[in-house]
Amino acid sequence: MKSERESSKSLDGRPITLGELFMGFAQMGLYGFGGVATIARHVIVEKRRWMSEHDYAAVLGIGQILPGGNIINMTIILGDRFQGLLGSIVALSGLMIMPTLILLALTTVYDAFSANPDVQAATVGAGAAAAGLIIGLGLKMGRNLKLRPLHLAFALATFTCMAILRLPFIGVVLVMTPLCIAATWWSRRHVG
Amino acid sequence: MWDESPVIKLALAFGALSLVSVGGAPAMMPEIHRLAVVVNGWHTNAEFARDMALAQAAPGPNFMMISLVGWRVAGFAGLLAATLAAIIPSSIIAFIVGRLFTRLSKLDWFTIVRSALPPIVLGLIVASGVVTAGAAVSGVLGFGIVILSAAIVALTSRNPLVAIGAGALIGLAAGRLGFL
Repeated sequence: MKSERESSKSLDGRPITLGELFMGFAQMGLYGFGGVATIARHVIVEKRRWMSEHDYAAVLGIGQILPGGNIINMTIILGDRFQGLLGSIVALSGLMIMPTLILLALTTVYDAFSANPDVQAATVGAGAAAAGLIIGLGLKMGRNLKLRPLHLAFALATFTCMAILRLPFIGVVLVMTPLCIAATWWSRRHVG
Repeated sequence: MWDESPVIKLALAFGALSLVSVGGAPAMMPEIHRLAVVVNGWHTNAEFARDMALAQAAPGPNFMMISLVGWRVAGFAGLLAATLAAIIPSSIIAFIVGRLFTRLSKLDWFTIVRSALPPIVLGLIVASGVVTAGAAVSGVLGFGIVILSAAIVALTSRNPLVAIGAGALIGLAAGRLGFL
């Protein structure tokens, strides 16, 4: 069962215990504004030195191609790698518990003041900013990816299906993903 | 009628979504919107935008928007049902795949899938922002804030909280000046 589990030590040789896992992932949850992806790399690779940049990229890559939240998947895989199933559960709890409590507190405070016209006006602005934030996240990702024309075409087609044709999410994912994989495979064989 | 309980509905809806989603929570937003606003009527458009702003303003995974939808629908039970349903099925897959990791990462098809997925995710995420903006934002001011916030995130490496704060301040000022 554990044949593929790596040693439970950081690059500095410190043991990665359940406590260390919990604290590390709690840190990522608490400092992760607008998503955890950026801070996760910083904590795992630079601050706590659990694994090398290269290994982390590989684990995150797996998390991204699996269904579900990318960071959640990465958390499960790392927790298991260092401390087995219990490690996965502890890591995920570390990541989620404090941010969830903060979100509930924020929501409760907000609800108490939601009748105030200033708060309502600010909410309209913040809601618009939240939608813009997602667009910005996508654009930033696009800039960093430097896509080949084939992949750019698939990104545009997926965007068109969702945003303009308003086709159902699940259908778009289940059709576009295999098509893009097949096209990538074909282009590797024929273009090299 | 157990199948009409909102807690069961939440669990079924998010459990199914978790198994077919790629690109994580940012890409899932139109589907969460469809489930919460269009299909089940749990939120109005304005309430959905409000909760999205709250979820972005709090630290933690973007995934917590799902927890908040659950909380709004059925309190603590709803929060647990929505969160666990969205996490457990995909996490079981991640756990198993993680164990096979070293073998998988050497396979040719793995590298092909890894390079073929980002374009799809990119299209989904940008569309996600556009769809949620279209559903929840109105007026020149609203769309101005959307563009400003997108620019802050895309062009700078500032904390995204800056974009939310700027949006809130502009909204507040516009409200005070009678533009809203």
